[in-house]
Amino acid sequence: MRITLQDVEYRYQINTPFEHLALHDVNIDIEPGSYTAIIGHTGSGKSTLLQHFNALLKPTKGSVTIGDRRIESGRKEKELRGIRSNVGIVFQFPEHQLFEETVEKDICFGPMNFGASEKDAKDRARKALKQVGMAEEILEKSPFDLSGGQMRRVAIAGVLAMEPDVLVLDEPTAGLDPRGRMEIMDMFYQLHKERGISTILVTHSMEDAARYADEIIIMHRGTVFKKGTPLDIFSQPEQLLELGLDVPDTVRFQLKLQKELGIRFERICLSVDDLVSEVKTVMGRGNQ
Amino acid sequence: MLDKMILGRYVPVDSTVHKLDPRSKLLLVFLFVCIIFLANNLVTYGLVGLFTLLLLMLSKIPIRFLYNGLKPILFLIVFTFILHILFTKEGELLYKLGWLEIYDGGLRQGLFISLRFTFLILVTSLLTLTTNPISITDGMETLLHPFKKWKLPVHELSLMMSIALRFIPTLMEETDKIMKAQMARGVDFTSGPLKERIKAIIPLLVPLFVSAFKRAEELAIAMEARGYRGGEGRTKYRQLKWQTADTLLMLSLVVLTIFLVLLRS
Ligand SMILES: Nc1ncnc2c1ncn2[C@@H]1O[C@H](COP(=O)(O)OP(=O)(O)OP(=O)(O)O)[C@@H](O)[C@H]1O
Ligand SMILES: [Mg+2]
Repeated sequence: MRITLQDVEYRYQINTPFEHLALHDVNIDIEPGSYTAIIGHTGSGKSTLLQHFNALLKPTKGSVTIGDRRIESGRKEKELRGIRSNVGIVFQFPEHQLFEETVEKDICFGPMNFGASEKDAKDRARKALKQVGMAEEILEKSPFDLSGGQMRRVAIAGVLAMEPDVLVLDEPTAGLDPRGRMEIMDMFYQLHKERGISTILVTHSMEDAARYADEIIIMHRGTVFKKGTPLDIFSQPEQLLELGLDVPDTVRFQLKLQKELGIRFERICLSVDDLVSEVKTVMGRGNQ
Repeated sequence: MLDKMILGRYVPVDSTVHKLDPRSKLLLVFLFVCIIFLANNLVTYGLVGLFTLLLLMLSKIPIRFLYNGLKPILFLIVFTFILHILFTKEGELLYKLGWLEIYDGGLRQGLFISLRFTFLILVTSLLTLTTNPISITDGMETLLHPFKKWKLPVHELSLMMSIALRFIPTLMEETDKIMKAQMARGVDFTSGPLKERIKAIIPLLVPLFVSAFKRAEELAIAMEARGYRGGEGRTKYRQLKWQTADTLLMLSLVVLTIFLVLLRS
C-alpha cells in the first residue's frame, strides 16, 4: 500500500492560545514494500508525522493518500477502520495500551475489532506471540503481571496480530535490553522481507537506521530536512552532527581514523565487515 | 481531540486579571457566587452580565477559545432553558399549540437561570484560566488559615487541590494517547451504536486508571524522598502581595452588591 503526503501541515490545538505548529511543508512518498527510517531530534515532529499514516491525525493543510483513500484537511472523514486495519502502529511505550484480563484477550482485541472470528483471532494471537519471542504459557496470564519488557512484546504482538500491510513503529525498542532490541528489530526486518510489509521506523539508533532501511528521512523542526539512502545520508556526517544527530559507530570509527592517522577513505562503510575490508585496502595502499 | 477542553487550564498571558492576587480572585469567585442570587430582574442581570464581560475583557482570554471550551456546557444550559419553558406554568400564557403552552413566567425563569449559570461558569473558569495552579493553592491556604483553629487540615487540603490541578492536563494528555492507541486497534469512540460506544470506554479507562495509580505512587515516593513532612514550619518562596488593583476589585464588588440590592424587585 502506498502512502503519500502532500504539503502536509499540522497544528496542535488550532485556534486556541496554545496553537503549536508541529509539521509544515511535509512531502513524503512511502512505496509499497519499502523500509523507511525516520530520524530526528526530540520534538522534531516524528510522532506527529506517524499519526498521519493511519489518519489518527488529519492534516490542517495539505493531503494524505493512504492506498486509495485520500484524507484532506477540512473534510469530515467517515469509516476509517479500513485504513486502521491496513496500517498498524506500534506507539512509543505501547505497553500503556494493555487493558484486558488475559494476554490472549488483549492480543485478540485488534483482530476482532476488524472483524476476525474468535477462532481466527486466537490462532493469530498464538502466531504473533511466537513472533515476538514469547512462550505460549503466558496467554492465560494477566498482562499486568508481566515485566515491562514482556508487556512491550505483548503489546507489539497485539499490533502484529492485526496482520497489517504497513507497519509503523515509533521507537519500538526504547528501554529494552540490548539482546531484546536485536531480537525485536530482526523480527520486524524478517516480516518485512518475507511478507513484503512496508515498514516505517522512527528511531534514535543510527545503527538500526543504517542496517535496515532502504530510505532515511531526517526530520528537523517539523519538516523534512533531507531524504536519501543510508549511504547518501551518512556520507555527510558533519551535517548530521550539526543537527544534534549521530552517525553509526562504523562511520564514527572511520572519521576518527581519518583524523588521527591522516588517511582518507573513499567511501563510507555501514557494516563492520565492509569497514574491515575498506580499512585493509586503504592501509594496504599506504604500505606500498 | 481534547484540545478544546478548558477545565482547569491556565492560559499564560499578560493581563490585569492575571496580575491580581490569587486571594482577591478567590474571594471574587466566592462572593460572586453569593451575590448573583440577588439578581432577579432584567436590570440586575444586565448589571451582573456587564461586570462579567468587563472581567473577561480585562483578562485578555480570546473569546473564541472560551466559547469553544464551554460548548459542551452550552448544551446543558440550553437544556435547562427548554425544561423551564416547557414545565413552568406561571404568569401570562404567551403561546399555545396543542399541548405546548409557553408562559411568560417560564420564559423569564428559563432565561434567568440560564444566564445565572453562564455567568457563574464564566467567572469560575476565569479563576483557573488566569491564575496558575500554584498561586491558587497558595491563596487558598492563606485564606483558609484562620480555620486551622477548628482542626481543618488546611495544608493538606490545599496540597490535594494543587496536585489535582497539576495533573488535569497530564491526565488529558494520557487520555488522548491511549485513545489513539486503541483507535489504531480498531476502536471507534466517536460513531457507531451507543452500546458499542459504551463498551469502547473500557479499553480507555483501564489503562488510564492503571497509569494514574502508578503516577500517584511515584509522586508519593518522590515527595518522601525529598523530605516532605507536611506543612508544619514550612516557609514559602513565593510571597503573595495585595495591591491597589485587588482593593479596587473588592470595592467594585461592594458597589455591584449595593446596586443589586437597590435595583432588585
Ligand atoms: N498534544 C500536543 N499538544 C500540543 N503540542 C504537542 C502535542 N504533542 C506534541 N506537541 C508538540 O509538537 C512537537 C512535535 O512533537 P512530536 O511528539 O511529534 O516529537 P517527536 O519528534 O516524536 O519527539 P520524540 O523524539 O521526543 O518522541 C513538539 O514540539 C511537541 O511539544
Ligand atoms: Mg515521538
